Amino acid sequence: MKAVQNATAFGPDGVPATDTPPAERLWLGGLAASAAWLAAAALTALWPDADEWGRTGEYASLLVVVGGALAFATPTLRWLGAVGKRLRAAVPWLLVLALGLSVWEVMTAKLNLLPRPFFAPPQALLEVYLDDWPRLVECLVASLKLLLTGYGIGAAVGLVTGVSIGWSRAVAYWINPVLRLIGPLPATAWLPIAFFAFPSSWSASVFLIALATGVPVTILTWSGVASVNPAYYDIARTLGASNRFLVLKVAVPAAMPHVFVGLFMGLAASFAVLVVAEMMGVKAGLGWYLQWAQGWAAYANMYAALLVMAGVCSGLVTLLFRVRDRLLAWQKGMLKW
Amino acid sequence: MVALEQDRTAGLALEVQSVSHAFDLHGAPLPVLDDVSLRAEPGEFVALLGPSGCGKSTLLRQVAGLEPPRAGRLTADGAPIAGPHPSRVVVFQDPTLYPWRTVWDNVALGLEAQGRLKANRGRVEEALRLVGLDKFAKAYPHQLSGGMAQRAALARALVNDPRLLVLDEPLGKLDSLTRIAMQGEIVRLWRDAGFTALLVTHDVEEALLMATKVVVFSERPARIKAEIAIDRPYPRHRDDPVLVDLRHRVLELLGLAESW
Repeated sequence: MKAVQNATAFGPDGVPATDTPPAERLWLGGLAASAAWLAAAALTALWPDADEWGRTGEYASLLVVVGGALAFATPTLRWLGAVGKRLRAAVPWLLVLALGLSVWEVMTAKLNLLPRPFFAPPQALLEVYLDDWPRLVECLVASLKLLLTGYGIGAAVGLVTGVSIGWSRAVAYWINPVLRLIGPLPATAWLPIAFFAFPSSWSASVFLIALATGVPVTILTWSGVASVNPAYYDIARTLGASNRFLVLKVAVPAAMPHVFVGLFMGLAASFAVLVVAEMMGVKAGLGWYLQWAQGWAAYANMYAALLVMAGVCSGLVTLLFRVRDRLLAWQKGMLKW
Repeated sequence: MVALEQDRTAGLALEVQSVSHAFDLHGAPLPVLDDVSLRAEPGEFVALLGPSGCGKSTLLRQVAGLEPPRAGRLTADGAPIAGPHPSRVVVFQDPTLYPWRTVWDNVALGLEAQGRLKANRGRVEEALRLVGLDKFAKAYPHQLSGGMAQRAALARALVNDPRLLVLDEPLGKLDSLTRIAMQGEIVRLWRDAGFTALLVTHDVEEALLMATKVVVFSERPARIKAEIAIDRPYPRHRDDPVLVDLRHRVLELLGLAESW
């Protein structure tokens, strides 16, 4: 009677084993990508700029480095393990990226086809990273500090509030109408009030980000707790569980999949509020940098900051996915979203 | 077969005294239990047999202390049942394992809830061995078959050394082969551990094979039609002529004599 009915559930994660492509095709793809980057480098270095740009040489060197690295990596792809596998999968993207950078370069620096100063060439962005990185790092740190403080407070308060509403009828009676009234309101609508009600624009922004995060986390946690199978409570009660145990060890873990949906929604909302708050009041951070760069018509700085911002947001979302996959490993094979 | 050792306590005496119960259905009361009285002696295996939906499960929830009856009294060893207690453990029809816990952590649930887990970790392993799941301690519930999940639920109950094990159609959703095997296993566990067992079932054969006393219920509202003592040695056999006769009699009581 010890047979496992569902043998596949114990098997390795279901990535179907793909056949390794034949060596020639592997080489061809890698070398083509490498050639594309080197070609982009040659185009940048050899075709003179329409107007002189400061960092054209450095930019071309960077392209050479990428192209060279690809050329060297190609023969070893087979032995690079997981990294090699990801690199192999990225080959089409690397090709298109080199092509796109070339087009961008030609349209801006070489032919001046796009109106300046609104469209900056790639080397202008590189210049920003090379020359203005201390300020960018400072802004990045300021943004992360503000975001994580607000998000952390919002997530924690949302979790506690959601569990309380889901658990206690009295709490639900008082909180639900409030939640229903202010929940749909975008957190940014509070901006003018927040900026004079709080002692500093920083604390006001923390409040706004916490609010934007807290509302979805509260609602989803609440719905998670409300949808817990009542039989789970019966089981725990017959085994001698206290109310505290029922909340912390039954309701909360059972609601976790819902909570994570709320955390993802809250994260997206917190990004929006962060940027607006930094543009409107806080005198630091990437949002402020964007605003400042626009004021000086430093469009290259804007693009550079935007790129950093995109990286940060996508990195944080990825991080949250990792945390979820770790905490909700038990869901593996049950549902995917 | 290893029995759970230490502080082994014999089964408790359960007494149900003229219990009646009704649900509210669209404002009108729907009676489900009508003046039910029965007694389970310590160590007895009592099967409650009746058509499905007759109210047996309601009676079990009252025995477990999950719901109070509208009228009547339930006592365990003479003391009124006021709420759930780990000495009276229920195994439900659905195993209802916590999907976020491994099998080991599911079985440890009761000890953890009572704050006794640290000193009793060995008993979790023992209970898992008892039901033949020691190799699956680290598996998650969704990786188990229906039979294995129900075994895990059984281990989760047994680890608490219950004095009364309440079984609410625990084999109802299993395939017939697993069912036959587990009927034998539950009887063996009961004989080894000495608890009182209360089994709700609508399977006549199951009741006759497992119980020392079968209580036959009527359709809803459930009323006791007959109490039949079964004085046959274990392990019992399906073709035992005494059991075959009893089966005939019980089916007749349930109004199904024609269909046999």
